[in-house]
Amino acid sequence: MTSNEKPGWKSLPVGAVLPEAGSSVKYKTGDWRAFRPLVDKGKCVNCLLCWIYCPDSSIIRKEKWVEVSYEHCKGCGICAHECPTDAIKMVEEKK
Amino acid sequence: MTVVGLTGDEAIAYAVKQSKVDIVAAYPITPQTIIVERFSKYVADGEVHTGYICVESEHSALSASIGASLTGARVFTATASQGLALMHEMLYIASGLRCPIVMGVANRALSAPINIHGDHSDMMGSRDSGWVQIYAENAQEAYDWTIMAFKLAEDKDVQLPIAVNLDGFIISHCMEGVDVLEDEATEKFLQSRIPQFTIGPEKPITVGALCFTDYYFEFKRQQVEAIQNVPVVLDRVGKEYQGITSRNYSALETFRMEDAQAAIICLGSTAGTAREVARKLRAEGKKVGVIKLWLYRPFPTEEISAALRHAKALAVLDRAISFGAPYGALCSDVISVLHTLKESPKIFNIIYGLGGRDIQPSDIELVFNEALETAKTGIVKEKTMYLGVRE
Repeated sequence: MTSNEKPGWKSLPVGAVLPEAGSSVKYKTGDWRAFRPLVDKGKCVNCLLCWIYCPDSSIIRKEKWVEVSYEHCKGCGICAHECPTDAIKMVEEKK
Repeated sequence: MTVVGLTGDEAIAYAVKQSKVDIVAAYPITPQTIIVERFSKYVADGEVHTGYICVESEHSALSASIGASLTGARVFTATASQGLALMHEMLYIASGLRCPIVMGVANRALSAPINIHGDHSDMMGSRDSGWVQIYAENAQEAYDWTIMAFKLAEDKDVQLPIAVNLDGFIISHCMEGVDVLEDEATEKFLQSRIPQFTIGPEKPITVGALCFTDYYFEFKRQQVEAIQNVPVVLDRVGKEYQGITSRNYSALETFRMEDAQAAIICLGSTAGTAREVARKLRAEGKKVGVIKLWLYRPFPTEEISAALRHAKALAVLDRAISFGAPYGALCSDVISVLHTLKESPKIFNIIYGLGGRDIQPSDIELVFNEALETAKTGIVKEKTMYLGVRE
């Protein structure tokens, strides 16, 4: 049966349009992740290659190193692959 | 009012010209080519201010049309047969994204074997694509319906694409006197499209978003509602069009159905032949009638029931085969309407005219006589007859 929490067809925008721009930030894709990137702050040289390559804008710039936003990181591993100092390791998520 | 000599294809091109279409994206295919060819001449001669997009396939033609429609533009395209088949996946996207595109379809058989002539296999293969589907009987109707289609498609309660069908060659290539409107009258009737939403850099929106198990169903239900709104909107649009042309359009047209015992129901140009034969048989005292559907989707259920009040036998003419189905598509639809009635006429299905095979008045007379016999005996001899096929 239909859930009462979600709107019915009469109140949804016609044609599945999302009238509000930039709404993807509300869609938390972090739970898709099978592997979690872990940053070794000692090895990170803050070159920001990971920040450039991250397709989900999930690398957060800090003054001397980078951190990861786990709300949106899907665990694709591009940051770990691109890191020139091997400062990022992909570690399996434990449920 | 001015009467000009136009083929069905030319009549549609002329209607599109007068409808002040913003974008045409199309790819040529027989027997539709003349529509977009004539229209491209209007563009080249500076008679219209339409953006004309030459694309590399029908799939791209409809894709470009969808993109243009989403910007709020009034869009036209045209195709036939293999071209419509190649558009197939985009048909569902046009209706799902609620793009009020109008498309001329010069109905033609589908390969294989290859054939360029008229039958309804192409559109019948796309009948569940969520498009409103209209069948014209002649060039005049093709012209009138094209203009009305824009108003109907763009109505806020509809917002769906419309296919205006015309029989390949029989209508598309035959010249007739077509009573055309003045440009000003068309402009006043149609006015500009008022889109419900538009894509553009000023106000970004998302169209074509992912909708999984939790939302997809709701948007399909919206489409059902939109297509069911068509008869009400058509009533309004038809009356307004009648006001400027004196031509009266609705979901269907009947001929002598008020007391008909035996009737034919059909689509497109065959209706003209059927009416002519019915006229002759009426003069002989035979109570026959004809129902011609203009609107095939949504299916005019109530109007058909009302038209068949007195009929004892009904021959349903299908110009396409639904392989392995109990009947042709139109016949299955008609039967699904009638099974709820207390007294339903005896029904049989005539499959005819495939690959452009001619249907003569003598063929129609044979069908009427069969229907009269069925009305008398109450017995259907053959559920499905393949009219004119060699055994």
